[in-house]
Parts: sequence; C-alpha cells; structure tokens
Amino acid sequence: MSKNIVLCGVGGQGTILASKLISGAAMNKGIPVKSAETIGMAQRGGSVFSHLRLGDDVDCPMIASGSADIIIGFEPGETVRMLPYLKKGGQVIVSSRPVMPVTAALAGSNYNGSEMLDYIRNKVEKVIVIDTEKACKELGSAKIVNLLLLGAAVNSGALGLDDEDIRKVIRTKIPEKFHELNFKALEYAKNAAINILI
Amino acid sequence: MHQEFLMGNEAIAMGAIAAGVNLVAGYPGTPSTEVLETVAKHRPQDTYVEWSINEKTAMEVGAGAAYTGARVMVTMKQVGLNVATDPLMSLEYIGVKGGMVVLVADDPGPISSQTEQDTRHFSRFSKLPCFDPSTVQEAYEMVQDAFEYSEKYRTPVFLRSTTRVSHGYASINVKDEGEYKHNKPEGFIKDTKRWVIFPKLSYQSHINIEARNVELSKDFSSYPKNLLLNVEGSAFPKKGIATGGFNYTYVSEALKSVGDVRLLKVSTPHPFPEELAVRFLTGLDEVVCIEELDPVIERELIYIAGKYQLPVKVYGKLTLDVKNSGENTLDSVMGNLTKFLGVKPPENAALTEADMAEMPELPVRPPVLCAGCPHRASFYAVKQAMKGKKTLFAGDIGCYTMGNAMPLDMVDTCLCMGAGLGIAQGVDHIEPDTSCFAFVGDSTFFAAAIPGVINAVYNQADMTLIVLDNSTTAMTGHQPHPGTGQTMMGDVVNKVSIEKILKGIGLEFVETVNPLDYKKSVETVKAAAALPGVKAIIFKSPCIAIVKSDKCLSVDHEKCINCRKCIREIGCPALIIRDDKVVIDDSLCTGCGLCSQICPTGAIGGDCHE
Repeated sequence: MSKNIVLCGVGGQGTILASKLISGAAMNKGIPVKSAETIGMAQRGGSVFSHLRLGDDVDCPMIASGSADIIIGFEPGETVRMLPYLKKGGQVIVSSRPVMPVTAALAGSNYNGSEMLDYIRNKVEKVIVIDTEKACKELGSAKIVNLLLLGAAVNSGALGLDDEDIRKVIRTKIPEKFHELNFKALEYAKNAAINILI
Repeated sequence: MHQEFLMGNEAIAMGAIAAGVNLVAGYPGTPSTEVLETVAKHRPQDTYVEWSINEKTAMEVGAGAAYTGARVMVTMKQVGLNVATDPLMSLEYIGVKGGMVVLVADDPGPISSQTEQDTRHFSRFSKLPCFDPSTVQEAYEMVQDAFEYSEKYRTPVFLRSTTRVSHGYASINVKDEGEYKHNKPEGFIKDTKRWVIFPKLSYQSHINIEARNVELSKDFSSYPKNLLLNVEGSAFPKKGIATGGFNYTYVSEALKSVGDVRLLKVSTPHPFPEELAVRFLTGLDEVVCIEELDPVIERELIYIAGKYQLPVKVYGKLTLDVKNSGENTLDSVMGNLTKFLGVKPPENAALTEADMAEMPELPVRPPVLCAGCPHRASFYAVKQAMKGKKTLFAGDIGCYTMGNAMPLDMVDTCLCMGAGLGIAQGVDHIEPDTSCFAFVGDSTFFAAAIPGVINAVYNQADMTLIVLDNSTTAMTGHQPHPGTGQTMMGDVVNKVSIEKILKGIGLEFVETVNPLDYKKSVETVKAAAALPGVKAIIFKSPCIAIVKSDKCLSVDHEKCINCRKCIREIGCPALIIRDDKVVIDDSLCTGCGLCSQICPTGAIGGDCHE
C-alpha cells in the first residue's frame, strides 16, 4: 500500500523541511520512501513542490495526476495549482495565508487567497484550512507553518503516520531548543483541525 | 550494506567515495552542485576536493590527477561541459591512468539552465562512454561501475544524470565503510609519447578509440543495467518500448496500469549496446521511444533497424509522437504509452474537466530577487543614474539574471557565463553613442569574466563593468570562491581581490560602493559613465541568505500617500498591498532600507522585528 503526498508552496516557505520530516518518520517505520522536489531558480519566490511517495511498490518519485492521497499546501493559490494531482476522496490541508506575488502587487491586484480557498472548499470534500497567521501569532513564532500543517496532516489520518512518529523524527532531526515549540505547533494543529471538522 | 535516505547527488558522491575517489573537482551548477558538496562533507582523509574557478580548470586538474593513477571525479552541469570541452576533447585522445568519471547533470525543462542540451550526444561526439542512471540506487552503483570501466579502457567516462535523478531522494542500500575501495596512486611517470598530444599520437589514438568503442558496445550488451525485459504472454506481442535514464521509472510506473510490454532500458547510450538492441527489435512491428532532451535512443534504433534490415517502425520525438522539448511527466508518458498501445488511461482524479475549467486564475510567480537582495539596490542605482540616456545593460548568469523582472527591467541581454563583457563591447563598437554596461557576479567574475575585461582594455572599448559582489556563489546555494577566502578542504586562504585584479589589468576607475547607500551609488555610476574607456564599480554587500538580518521596516500610514512608488519602482516581494494600502510583509523584510530611501514622504522606517 503506497501513499502519495504533494507538498506545495512558494520558495522559502519551508516545504522541504516538512517533506524531510515525513520521509524520516516513514523511514523510521521501515517504509521505503522516494521523493522529488524543486531546487534551483524557482526557490527564489517561485512556485515549489515536493512529491513524496511512501511504500514498497514505487518505481518513480514523481506522482501522476489524480493519484495524490493528500496535498499539504503552504499557500492557497499554490494548493489550487496542485489540485489536479489529488485523487478522488483525497485530503487537502491548506494554510489560509496568501503570499502575494510581485507581479500581483505591481498590477495593483488585491490577491488575498480567499477565491482560492473558496474553490478548494467547493471542489474537495476533505479540506482542513489552518489559519497559520493567527496560529503563528498565538504561538509567538513565524517559523512553524510547516509544523502546523504537518500536525493537521497527521491528524487527518491521510499520511498513514501518527503523532508519535512525527515527534520521534523531530527529536532526531531538529535542534533540541526548537522541540517544545514544534510540539506545541503539532498540538495546536490537532485542536484547530478538530474544531474545523466539527 | 545498510540503508540510507539520500538525494541522487549525495548517492553519486557516496558511490565515488566507496570507489576510493582520490580527487574531486568541479564548478557549481544546478542540478549538479550537491555531488561535490557531499564528497567534501564525507571525504576520507586522503581525498582532495576543490571548487575550481570554472569547469575547464576542474577538468584539467582532474586530468593531471588521473595521469598519476588517482581516481578522479569532475562535476558540472550540462552547460559547464561546454566550458570544459577543450581539455576534454583532447583528453579523449590522451586517455587516463586512474579512473576518471565526468559527472554531468542535464536539466530537461530546462528548470535552471540556458539550454536543453543532451550530454548523451556529447558522449557520442567525444567518443567517450556514457552511463545514464535511472534511479538513486542505480546512480550510487553506476558511479562505481564507471570507475571500473574507465580503468579497464583507460578513458574518461561520463556519468550523465538528469534533474529528477540528481534531486530525487530514495532510501537505498549503501556500502559500510569497511567495504570501501582504497586507491593508492602510482604517481606520474614521465612518458612524452603518452602524455604530450601531437598529430601522430592523435591519429594512432583515433584508430584505437574506434576499435575500443566497438568492443565497448559488445561489452555493454551484457552490462546488467542495460535491460531487455521480454514478456511472456504480453497482450501486445508485436510492440516494444525503449527508454533510458530517469524515464525508465515513468515507463515502469505507467506499465503497472496498462500491462506488460517488451522493454529495452538503455543505461549506456554510448557506445550503444547494439547486440542487445537487435534482440529487442527482432520480431517487433512497432517501438516507441520514451526519453528526454534529444531522440538519442530513437536514432540509434532507427540506425540499427536499417543496418540489420529489421521491419520495425520506430516512434518517438522524430515522429512527433513524444514531445520533443521540455520535461516529460508521468502523465505525458502515460499519454504516450496508452496511445501507442491503444488502451484507455486510468481515471481517478478529484477534479473533473468541468472543475478544471472553473479554476480561478492562478497567481503568476516568476522567480524574483529576494526581499532585501543587494542586487536590487545596485540595479536600481544604475537605472536611476542613467535615466534618459541611451544604454545597454548586458546581464550574466547568476541570481542577478532576475534583475530582468519588472519593474527593474535591467537585463537587456543574457547569454552564458561571462558573455556580458563581450556583448557590451560588441554593441559599443557598432553604437559608440550607447552607454554600455556589463553586470557580473563575483563568482562569475572569477569563472569567466577576466579575459573579457582584458579584451576591453586592450581593444579600447568604452564600457562600465558592474561587479555585483555578494561574497558568495548565491544562485547554486552559496559555495565559496576565490574571493571568499575559504576552500572546500576547510582551509582559510588569502582572498583574491577583484579590485586589485581590475587595477592590475589597467583600469583607472575602480570604485567599491555599498549599494544600500542609494545616493552614493547613483553618484558613483554617474561619475563612471561620464568617463571614457573601461571603468568598474564593485557593488559590495553580502547575500541576505547568508548574513541573516533581524531588521524589518514598516509603513507609517499617517505619512504614506499611497503613491506606491516603492512597489512600482523596485518590486521587492516584501512590499505588498493589503486592504488597498502598502504594507511590509514582516516575514520577508530584511530592513535593507532601499524603499525608505526612495519614499517621497519618508513614510517607511522603523526597525521592527518579532
């Protein structure tokens, strides 16, 4: 049984670390992992993605459209861009905070992501929207968007990994001084996700 | 053996270490950079690693080491191979003593490159053997195979990777340290008949090379990573698929949903495993070739079908059945194969076609200079200083190519590493009334720009050189270079001074300015542009990704008149519009202060941070 995961966002948002944590957690459980991600010029504010595939029967690290079990979106517009990858009944986790492209600012556009979130809610059944801006303020750090989204993803069940799997990999891959903050973010996301599901 | 989760480039590096590599030299370039970095990080004590100043030098350093019997790897991206062509084409005739692997990473798409060139062609052109891995595990094993073949045939060999192999990750089996090979170089032994290239030697070598490649083609027909998968009871007994490199994984993934077909996987595109290919083609009516970049496998199969008079039709890029440019995807390959086999593709997407049609217009995100990037300030200063004048702004390769984006619009040309210098001179000689500028980064300056400066001085050009010195090789992930005073061996060495080089060449006007001082920058550009001859300004300010700032500015909305000059003129990603007002995104701003210096009402200031 394989799991296909898409992470997406804007260069510099921390998609790569989130991808590393999922890979690490799966590897700890003996699940083979293959992944591919954007490196290079697009990292400078362009659209970036990671494809992540967990399981034995995987040849190619890239995912076909209509086959992702879950999309973890760091930005509403980028999540919509990746939606064609989602399979029927797939899960979407998305941060509500938009990142305005310079092109939009120049054009005087008021891009705020709400149109994107509406589209996702409209077309996808299983959606969890995390207000990461609010969460970051409440938790006192702007650097935990990836953990918030990861927490919600774990809680959705779509990753096939549990909370302890992620905590274990955080303990080994992230400097100790950040552990408490990261665990707090996971906890926060869990509650936020529950609130939305109700 | 144990398991590790490695990036393809890391796997190549660890494979080279396991093969007992003694020296690794290269020049950074996406998607190849991490190979050398990983060797540097994990190198055994007796392994020497360097970032050379360019690929030509790396190739020559590698050649010298291989002459001693050392095992050598030289790393570069595909366009870097163009720079290294001169030594490599001659080295083909000279050959090597120690194993020499030339790692070249190709970039289908292209995602981060100027060209979509195919190193498999280059291996044919240079008559050198080429290995083309399809997975991270294969990359790890193939680099070790490549060293063996290199020594067996006394020739440099290519290991050609592509972005998705180089930058893909997988959990793979790797050797324990106890299983590593150790290679002790014999040393350079003088022999002018062997190491000095002369026409007579080249003629004799050419004869040997042609004979060797016939032998290699036979040898490769039984190389275990060249695969011929015959399928008993296939639903498509008269059809076959030929592929190689990363595309093999697309094909094998796609075949899971369409059924098994006879398949040829080519892991050594040159010399082509002809005997194996004949066995593949025999009995087939139709073959489709799935590959990226150029139709290399396709042309070989057409040639072989002709040579052996096999009645088989070959489809692919040449017949326009497979796209002939850009990257393949699992979807595009699925499309190629379902069409070829006449089957229906599986459908299981959450979005229907109607849903796709309703998709809102997506934000366009061309890559841009980071918020706070000093290059933005440098470009803006030149732009303001030269307003209203007839100008040429020749750009170059690096982060600063993104100075072309609106609203800066400060890159009129970009060709290849160091070309801006020559282009500025060429335009100047034909249009003397144009004020010609060449922009070059610090790493590119050392790699490729110095001859251009000397040429300009010698040939009396009128031009201004702008060196954008952020004290690193930023675009490829911050590698050290001669101006940084650090080496990949961890040594701290004397910094090579760009200013002294320029003065040594004979430039009289060489000014170093902090580009974040807007007023002084504009004045310096005006002064330089007014002088005849070759002038240089070094805009020196560190890359914001290295020297992290805890500063952040904000907009005082009492003073802001919402004229949006800041957004319209400098295009910093931290300047955004929220509720119809200009605000500064505190997660991006570095407090560089450029916007505050151009704000007409002094509304931007402060030093807020989290």
